[in-house]
Amino acid sequence: MLKVSGLSKHFGDNEVLKQINLEVKRREVVAIIGPSGSGKSTLLRCLNLLETPDAGHIEIDGFEVDARRLKKSDAYALRQKSAMVFQHYNLFKNKTALQNVIEALIVTKKMNKPDAEVLGHKLLDQVGLASKASSYPAMLSGGQQQRVAIARALAVNPAVILLDEPTSALDPELVGEVLQVIRSIVDTDTTMLIVTHEMSFAREIADRVIFMADGSIIEEGDPQSLFGQPQQERTKKFLGTVFSKN
Amino acid sequence: MNFDTAFIFEAIPKLLKYLPMTLMLAVGSMLLACLMGIVLALIINNKIFILSPVAKVYISFFRSVPTLVTLFIFYVGIPQIFPDFTFIDAITATIVALSFKNAAYLAEEFRGALNAVDSGQMEACLSVGMTKWQGFRRVILPQAMRVAVPSLGNYLIMLVKESSLAFTVGVTDIFAQTKILASNSFRFLESYIAVALIYWAVTIVLTMLQGKLEKAMSKPYR
Ligand SMILES: Nc1ncnc2c1ncn2[C@@H]1O[C@H](COP(=O)(O)OP(=O)(O)OP(=O)(O)O)[C@@H](O)[C@H]1O
Ligand SMILES: [Mg+2]
Repeated sequence: MLKVSGLSKHFGDNEVLKQINLEVKRREVVAIIGPSGSGKSTLLRCLNLLETPDAGHIEIDGFEVDARRLKKSDAYALRQKSAMVFQHYNLFKNKTALQNVIEALIVTKKMNKPDAEVLGHKLLDQVGLASKASSYPAMLSGGQQQRVAIARALAVNPAVILLDEPTSALDPELVGEVLQVIRSIVDTDTTMLIVTHEMSFAREIADRVIFMADGSIIEEGDPQSLFGQPQQERTKKFLGTVFSKN
Repeated sequence: MNFDTAFIFEAIPKLLKYLPMTLMLAVGSMLLACLMGIVLALIINNKIFILSPVAKVYISFFRSVPTLVTLFIFYVGIPQIFPDFTFIDAITATIVALSFKNAAYLAEEFRGALNAVDSGQMEACLSVGMTKWQGFRRVILPQAMRVAVPSLGNYLIMLVKESSLAFTVGVTDIFAQTKILASNSFRFLESYIAVALIYWAVTIVLTMLQGKLEKAMSKPYR
């Protein structure tokens, strides 16, 4: 369903992604973990072309692009296949919660407003924010904003949702409500790629965990084996430091 | 003392008939200048090849030349090379000249306002499949406008006053009419006080409207 091959990206002389190969099956939930600066965000951002990769092929839901021959129209077409949840929510600040959710439906999917609003209310209800439809982002807590952002991502009915540390900008007491919403969409068989520092959450929801370091995928496997019996030294060291902190 | 207070009050309603012309010049120039200013700001912010240095030269030039000189270039100068350019009447020439000059200043305002919008906003637009243009129009520009409105209001107020230069090319705006009234009645002081009071009142009203607009536009952000 999602297939990445030979994906490379550098910033200046910093090789951030080195020939990444990755496959995600439909309905699979894949968690990406790894030390800061290992290229996790860059990988996600290459998948929807917020960053332009230097080389590599990206295929999502039957649509493939070659990074070396990237046309503008291909970039827009590929982005139709995914949606992203950002660390800092990035809700449209000039729009209400409901408008945030339905904006893309109206602008890109050409849905008429009443239909879009019905769907928008349903999605806000799904993330527990039915009563906040007419609130602007500035009036919402971080946790509420992130839940609206999740509803906004769901609205475009993406083949895959990319989540980049969706809880790491939140106050500790707000993390739970957002994880709960993510759990609930895992249950709807949505395909997800989630970068997270919440190890126990990754262990709980992921079908597969990928450990990245220095721009490469070092090791991957189901949560039990990757957290239980990591094979690579880098993985052991990383998990060691993470769990000794907690 | 020869000062006729009553004359002022008689003059004001006569002069007010020409206020629409003054406001038309100011608002027309403001709209065109905003449009041009936004385009210039986008060209410079996005470092568009060739156009970007051209925009910078444009800004430098029109900031340096007196408005009156710009006006005469358009009204008297250009028809000299293009004799067919007769469609540029005095009103159009005034609006164009005021727009070209103010666009140079507004470009800087818009550049700042656009830069004040977090880059994550455009990324969010793209991530849900919107085009850059859709994102710009529906998310970035409205947020930038809110930042720009306080200074835009000041430019409009300056334009109301600057539009009085139109009398030099024969447009009968409120100031030109005041000159006529003054020389016909020999009540110079009274006439000019009357028009000064009108400009003052217009500025007070515009300032009030600006405050209301600012308040309405900042509602989502509190
Ligand atoms: N726009 C950019 N310009 C230059 N360098 C960048 C840019 N974005 C990321 N980098 C660099 O690329 C490397 C990988 O960054 P990335 O954000 O992908 O890491 P990460 O794994 O997401 O880290 P974190 O856990 O801190 O979020 C880092 O060295 C970072 O400094
Ligand atoms: Mg990151």
